[in-house]
Amino acid sequence: MSEQLERGLETLRGEIDNKVKAFFSSCVRCGICAEACLFYTETSDPRYTPIYKTEPLRKLWENEYSFWGKLKSALGMSQAMTEADLADWEELVYDGCSMCGRCSMVCPVGVDISGIIFKVKHGLSQAGFSPEGLVGATQRAVDIGSPMGITLTTVQAMIKHVEADTGLKVPMDVEGADYMALLSSNEIALYPEYLESLVKIFDHAGVSWTLSSDAFEATNAGLQLGDKSIAGQLVQRVVDGAEKLKVKNVISPECGHAYTALRWEGPNFIGKAYPFRVVHILELLDELKAEGRLKTSGQESERLTFHDPCSIVRRGGINAQPRNLLGAISGNFVEMADHGNMNWCCGGGGGVSSNERAHELKLTAFNKKKSQIEATGAEALVTACSNCRTTLEEGVESNEMEIEVLGLTEMIAAHLEERPAS
Amino acid sequence: MIQYLIDGPLWYFSLAVFFIGVVWQLIAVVFTGNKADLSVPRDSAASGAIKTFFSRFVPHREIAPAIMLPVVAGYMFHLGLFALLFFAAPHVVFLEENLLGFGWTPMPHWAFIVAAQFAFFGLIVLWLRRLVNPVSRLISTLDDHIAAILTFVVMLTGCFALLEGSTGLRLLHRFTVELWLIYFPFSALMHTFTFVPSRMLTGAWFGRRGVDA
Repeated sequence: MSEQLERGLETLRGEIDNKVKAFFSSCVRCGICAEACLFYTETSDPRYTPIYKTEPLRKLWENEYSFWGKLKSALGMSQAMTEADLADWEELVYDGCSMCGRCSMVCPVGVDISGIIFKVKHGLSQAGFSPEGLVGATQRAVDIGSPMGITLTTVQAMIKHVEADTGLKVPMDVEGADYMALLSSNEIALYPEYLESLVKIFDHAGVSWTLSSDAFEATNAGLQLGDKSIAGQLVQRVVDGAEKLKVKNVISPECGHAYTALRWEGPNFIGKAYPFRVVHILELLDELKAEGRLKTSGQESERLTFHDPCSIVRRGGINAQPRNLLGAISGNFVEMADHGNMNWCCGGGGGVSSNERAHELKLTAFNKKKSQIEATGAEALVTACSNCRTTLEEGVESNEMEIEVLGLTEMIAAHLEERPAS
Repeated sequence: MIQYLIDGPLWYFSLAVFFIGVVWQLIAVVFTGNKADLSVPRDSAASGAIKTFFSRFVPHREIAPAIMLPVVAGYMFHLGLFALLFFAAPHVVFLEENLLGFGWTPMPHWAFIVAAQFAFFGLIVLWLRRLVNPVSRLISTLDDHIAAILTFVVMLTGCFALLEGSTGLRLLHRFTVELWLIYFPFSALMHTFTFVPSRMLTGAWFGRRGVDA
C-alpha cells in the first residue's frame, strides 16, 4: 500500500464519528436522495446518486467497524481497500457534487449525505485524488493569498477606482472599527461594484468599518478541496487580521462557501472560538434596515427572481433576509417554484466552478436552474454569491437566455435614499 | 428434538443475540466521539433535532412527486408489518404468555388480512424496485437483499402458521423468526432503531444553523 493511500485511509478513519456510524447503520439504500441531486436528475446517471458518492467511507466503515467486516478480517477474508476504491470516486465527488446539501434535506432516515461527502473529500485530498484545477487554486490561495492569484496591489488599484467613482474613502487597516469587510476573488476581479456598493451603503448607514491589508480575501479553496488543514490556515489569516485590527465583527461577502468556511466551519478548523462575530453581508443589511439605518427609495418595476446560494440558505440559515431586502426594492418579485431551503443549486458550488474538468457537466447540471428561471418569466435574476453569479452568467450565456444577473448588495446600493442636502 | 431446540435454546439464544446486539450497536453510536462544534449557534440544536425527527416522516413537497412509489410502498410495508407484529391475535397471545405477562386487544381478522396485504405488497414493491430501478440496483448491497428476503420469509411462514393444528408450520415460522432476530443487529434491519439518532444528529446540526430541516 502506498504511503499516500495509507494517509488517505487514515484520514477517512479519523472521520468516523458517531454521526457516520448512525448514518451508515440507518441507510437503507432507498435512493431517494438521487431525486434531490441535480447531477443525477440532469444526467440520469445513477453514479451521481448522492449516497453512492460516500462509498469509500462506507466501505471502510463496513470493513473495519461493522460486525461482518470484523468477522471477515478475523477469518482472513477481508479485502483491503485499494487506490482504485478512492480513484474511481474522485470524479463523482469533485465534478459531480456541488456540496449543495439538498440530498441531506430529503433522506428519510436523516443522513446528512453532504456532510459525509465532505469527509470523503478530506480523505481523497490526502490520498492525492483531487482535480488539478482545484489543487492549483488551493496552492495559489496558500502561496499568494487568493485562489485567483490576486494580490494586495490589485485590491489597492481597485480601491483607487472605487474612491474615484464614489468620491468616498475606502477605510483600510482602521484599528477598532466595528466591522472588517472581506472580499471574494470574484468580487475583486469581476464584480468591483460589490466594494463600491459597500462603500455607499456603509457611508449611508454610518457604519464604522475597514478592510484589512493582511486579510482581504474571504474564499477558502481548502474547504472546496476538502483539505481541513489548508482550510484552517486560510481561516487563521482572517482571524489574525481581525484580531490585529481589534474589530468586533467580520463581514462575510456575497460568497456562499466563504460564509460556510468563516461562520460555521472556521472555528472547528482552527480549534478555537472567535473573539469576534461573523456576519453575512445580507444579515448585516437586514439588521441595518430593521434598525432604520438603511433606507431605500424607489422600486424596480421589472420582474425579478432570486437564486438562493445553497451555502447561505440551506447550509447557512439565511433565508428571510434576502427576501426582506428584495421586498423593499422590488414591486415585481417572484419566487422560483423550489426556493429557500429546497432551492436547486446553480451547479458551480463545492469547487466545481474551479475545476475545469467539470465544465461540461456543470453546464448540463445548469439545465435545472434554466428551467426554473424560465418558469418564472423573470427579466432579472438576483443572487447573493459571486460564485453562483459567475456560474449563472455562464449558464445564461451558454443557453442564450435573455436575463440579467445581478448581485443583491449592489441593488440595495442603487436604491439608497438620497440624504437631504445640508 | 427439533421442536425442543426451536421452542427452547434457539429461541432464547436468538432473543439474547437480538437484545445484546441492538444495545451494543446503539451504544457504539451514542458513545463514539463527536467533536464539539465551536461555532456560535444561531438557533437551538435540541429543537432542530426534535423537529427533524418528526419532519422526515413526511417528504418535502418539492420532491414528493418523484418519490411517491417508495414512500407509499414504504409506509404500506412498515405500517402493515407493525400491525401484524403487535396486533395479530397469535402474536398478542404469544407475547402475553412468553414475554410480557400481559396482553391487549388484538385486531380483528379482517384487519389482519388488510395489514398482511399492505405488508406483502409494500415489501414486494420495494424489493422489485431495488432490483429494477437503476439507482437502487447500483447502491444496494447483499445485506439489503438478505434483509428483504428474510423478512419476506418470516411473513410468509407467519401466514402458513395460521393453519393452526400444524406444529410443523408453526415451528417453521418460529425458526425463521429466530434467524431474523439473530441477523437483525448486524444488518440494515438496524435502521429500525438507528434512524432515531441519525435524524436527530442531522436535525441538531441544521438546527444550530437556523435551518428548518
